[in-house]
Amino acid sequence: MKEKEHIIEVTNLVKKFGSFIANDHLNFSVDKGEIFGFLGANGAGKTTAIKILSGLSKPSSGKAIVAGYDVAKYPNKVKRNIGYMSQHFSLYNDMTVKENFRFYGGIYGLSRKSIKEKTNYYLEKLKMQEFEHMLLKQIPLGWKQKLAFSVANMHDPEIVFLDEPTGGVDPITRRQFWELIYESADNGTTVFVTTHYMDEAEYCERVSIMDEGKIEAIGTPHELKEQYSVNSMNEVFINIAR
Amino acid sequence: MWAFIKKEFYHIFRDYRSMIILFGMPVVQVLLFGFAITNDINDVKIAILDHSKDEVTREITQKIISSNYFLLVDNLSTNAQIEEAFKKGEIKQVVIFEPDFAKKLEREGSADIQLILDASEPNTANMLNAYTTGIINTYSLQRMIKLNLIPISIQAETQMLFNPELKSVYMFVPGVITVLLMLVSAMMTSISITREKELGTMEALLVSPLKPIQIIIGKVTPYVLLSFINLIVILLLARFVFDMPVKGSVILLLAESVLFIIMALALGILISTISKTQQQAMLLSMFALMLPIILLSGFIFPVENMPVILQYLSHIMPPKWFIIIIKNIMLKGVGIAYFWKETLIILFMTLFFIGMSVKKFKIRLE
Repeated sequence: MKEKEHIIEVTNLVKKFGSFIANDHLNFSVDKGEIFGFLGANGAGKTTAIKILSGLSKPSSGKAIVAGYDVAKYPNKVKRNIGYMSQHFSLYNDMTVKENFRFYGGIYGLSRKSIKEKTNYYLEKLKMQEFEHMLLKQIPLGWKQKLAFSVANMHDPEIVFLDEPTGGVDPITRRQFWELIYESADNGTTVFVTTHYMDEAEYCERVSIMDEGKIEAIGTPHELKEQYSVNSMNEVFINIAR
Repeated sequence: MWAFIKKEFYHIFRDYRSMIILFGMPVVQVLLFGFAITNDINDVKIAILDHSKDEVTREITQKIISSNYFLLVDNLSTNAQIEEAFKKGEIKQVVIFEPDFAKKLEREGSADIQLILDASEPNTANMLNAYTTGIINTYSLQRMIKLNLIPISIQAETQMLFNPELKSVYMFVPGVITVLLMLVSAMMTSISITREKELGTMEALLVSPLKPIQIIIGKVTPYVLLSFINLIVILLLARFVFDMPVKGSVILLLAESVLFIIMALALGILISTISKTQQQAMLLSMFALMLPIILLSGFIFPVENMPVILQYLSHIMPPKWFIIIIKNIMLKGVGIAYFWKETLIILFMTLFFIGMSVKKFKIRLE
């Protein structure tokens, strides 16, 4: 089997807050173009790990290479190559759809022309052209999440980090959201996603499950189900996180 | 960077509450302080109890009434009525002439006037007392001269410098400028930064390639501009509504104000790093900052008259120093040579607040 290119490579990553160990010697890697599910109960240390990988927080020890750069040493180079969408929604409610695109395009240093092209491209894809001049607060949550995902992808990042992107969204919109995720993975973008929904875990190519700061299991959903000899990711998760 | 500043303006202009705070408040405050809260004496209601009713007492009464400070509303006839008159609450002062006032004055060379004052407002009572005494003294002096007597009193000729008409506008305009710049800058920035934290957009900004310093500059630039506009509005109001000129250099005044605005913004950033929600930021800047600032900065109550411990406390209030600076420029018209020390203090405070916020910010990232 041909060795795939690792876009994220984590070795012995430790993060301590005082005596509390949030991340305890994490070791894993993510392949380029992969959809990687990062699962774990609340407080298992997911958000801490995402913060380190996206250059927001420094590891206490260990190493994390993201998009070819050591995050501890070159956080800004990493930031330029990643997209991020958080569990709280990351667009501005008091600005219009177009203004949000323009703002985020602007802070990632896109040219005026390419901001315009991207905006049109995504609005057309989401069939939301008529919403262009609407304030974001007038748009339903599901649509907003899709917009936020598009905005996070606007600067063609190598990796997008999605921190519980589908919280509070109805099943149909979630489905549509995952279609967007697949589409961008097909275009070569790596998707690193955390979620609480175990049906979504089944959509991922590979998942890792964290518990109390450690990665307890890692593999394809199929492998994990076999390993624990259960029928669903839900049962795998309960087995580990109990 | 430019995209960022533009975005911040969208936030401000689309939120009617910030608009009201930003532009309504300066106008309302200046007008309020100018017209309502005034320490000047005007048409104060008084009563007279004249036991003598002669030429001299009538003359003195006339002098008092024609001074424009007082309005005669009641002529009492017995001592018993005095208490009643005060209880009704209308009058603030009763002037009592003793019986046979003129005769006594002629025979013995002196006669007594009693002033009874409503001291439930001590400042007003003090002022009324001084004004009335002044009028009576002037009268007695004139009378002595008329009778060709050499006045046996030493005349103190008073000259009020810098504010010859003793207008309270002159005192409060610097105060209002200070409080408003502080409020708008510190409160608005701390609220707008915590709002981004609450909405989760702060995270999105932090994972972007923007450096923290760029985020901060982008966030505060609009407020520097708006505070500056506010300052100009207040100065124009002071000039054209209340006739208060700027005696010194306007450019120097604006430059000092920019320094003060930056100080307040740095403080606002510091507040936002320690508060988690918008309400917390608002409470912190309102109660922890505004009240001590108004009370201890010398804006309303002179610092020199405070207990020593409060005087020390007032030294760490940045507005105290700024009020000294603008009073110097606006009223005395002096240059930087007279207040470089105060300027330096504000500069140090600015650096201190910036240093503190940067430190706090880093801790949050660890």
